[in-house]
Amino acid sequence: MLGRIFRWGVFLTLIGLGVYWFITIPKTVSDEQLAGLSSSSEDGEQVFHAAGCASCHAAEKAEGDAKLVLAGGQRFPSPFGTFVAPNISTDTSHGIGGWTQAEFVSAVVQGTSPEGQHYFPAFPYSSYAKMTLQDAVNLHAYMQTLPSDATPNAQHDVAFPFNIRRNIGGWKFLFLSEDWVSDANTPELERGRYLVEALGHCAECHTPRNALGGLDRARWMQGAADPSGKGRIPGITPAQLGWVAADIAEYLKSGFTPEFDTAGGHMVAVVENTAKLPPEDRAAIAAYLLALP
Amino acid sequence: MRRSLIALTAFALATGTVALAGGHGGNPAVKARNAHMSLYSFNLGLLGDMAKGTIDYDAAKATEAASDLAALAAFTQSSYWVEGTAQGDVDGSRAKAEIWSDAAGWAEKMELMKTGSASLAAVAGNGLEALQGGIGDAGAACGACHKAYRGPRN
Ligand code: HEC
Ligand code: HEC
Ligand code: HEC
Repeated sequence: MLGRIFRWGVFLTLIGLGVYWFITIPKTVSDEQLAGLSSSSEDGEQVFHAAGCASCHAAEKAEGDAKLVLAGGQRFPSPFGTFVAPNISTDTSHGIGGWTQAEFVSAVVQGTSPEGQHYFPAFPYSSYAKMTLQDAVNLHAYMQTLPSDATPNAQHDVAFPFNIRRNIGGWKFLFLSEDWVSDANTPELERGRYLVEALGHCAECHTPRNALGGLDRARWMQGAADPSGKGRIPGITPAQLGWVAADIAEYLKSGFTPEFDTAGGHMVAVVENTAKLPPEDRAAIAAYLLALP
Repeated sequence: MRRSLIALTAFALATGTVALAGGHGGNPAVKARNAHMSLYSFNLGLLGDMAKGTIDYDAAKATEAASDLAALAAFTQSSYWVEGTAQGDVDGSRAKAEIWSDAAGWAEKMELMKTGSASLAAVAGNGLEALQGGIGDAGAACGACHKAYRGPRN
């Protein structure tokens, strides 16, 4: 009897491990999927600003052109530990200058490294998963025009079990979804949705998370605790914001609120990026936010 | 001008104090500096609305608001940016501790505000285009200081 229970136990554990193994396999984008896409570094520059790569990968306190030196080193405290942004400059040994296009695209839209490991979701690939492959190759082309820097990568400071990269496969299985959160029935709303949900990863800050660190889609953009543990990030649904489209577009351009206070905290870096987008894009973001429930 | 400004500041401080007496709690120094900031916003807001075309440009009003802004920026403000009132030390404060640990950097941002608002005051009455061209530096001074020395929302 006991032997039978034991055998069943072993059997179920093996199934469990099999399922675990299966769902945690890191996924990648292949050369074939990218074949036929020609890349434009000019278009990639817009993607770079809209996606805010420099906000995390430039050195702490970098300003102006120094923000294009993607040397890494910024620290991101979270309930799971502290993550450090790596060097993603064109340096071939310390940065990602030696990566193929497919390796780059897999990292950004699938969160998988060239060694086939999962990245931590502190790198917001769960939003970038909705980036078009065309934008991803354009982004790669643009980033290859940026300076190289030989700063070595620092170690993350993350405790067990969160430091086991394979486990992140389970997280991705639960939370990485290519489905849009909001409906969009006009071209402007569609563009706004792409800028907000995919590139701008606005929800990563403005939407609260569940205990496992996944975004709570039922409370989309309703405001969240600041991951640093200090303060709150405001909700930006129309009822919470109380702004008209022109107010939102102005804020994303100059950083001034309708009361002429300025954007603060992490939003300053976001506004530095949205200020570089064409006015239609800021209007599209405003339209998306105003259409939120 | 100077006198109306002082009256305005006194009013703002008084309202702050009344709010305090009304049981909102909070540190008087924090209230005072936020009152100073409200006056910044009010004046810059008027100029910004003219620059954007939300309200009509008026040379006299623009000069007044810009001169008040510059006068405010020239205040020493030392009595209400006091150590021990950083975010986390006292309720309601969003002042970063770096204001006191990096006094030189703070002084530089105060100076940026002074020069930005002074150059705006010099041109604000010279027509809409002059205002539009001049407002950028003053506005950028607000953002630059907030970015470095103002903490996240409580
Ligand atoms: C919110 C901050 C943040 C933003 C925004 C961000 N990243 Fe990252 N990125 C990180 C962190 C943290 C890591 C480290 C992840 C890990 O080690 O698992 C990372 C890792 C990477 C890596 C892997 C580097 C390596 O050496 O393996 C690449 C490539 C990368 N990011 C590219 C980008 C690009 C391109 C963008 C913009 C589209 C971007 N990142 C935006 C935080 C960010
Ligand atoms: C890295 C975190 C982060 C990201 C990403 C982010 N925000 Fe914010 N956002 C903030 C914080 C923090 C504030 C509060 C700013 C302050 O203290 O003044 C804010 C404020 C705002 C406000 C003003 C809210 C108010 O009540 O004053 C708007 C509008 C806004 N964000 C829109 C966006 C949009 C649109 C995006 C995506 C393009 C975005 N945010 C991405 C952190 C973020
Ligand atoms: C030298 C630094 C500095 C400059 C310059 C500056 N501010 Fe501030 N401001 C702060 C700090 C710090 C706080 C937070 C104070 C606190 O909470 O204790 C603040 C708070 C504010 C507030 C919030 C007030 C409240 O009642 O909560 C507003 C509005 C504001 N600033 C507007 C402005 C405007 C507009 C300008 C430019 C015309 C400006 N500030 C220039 C440092 C600065």
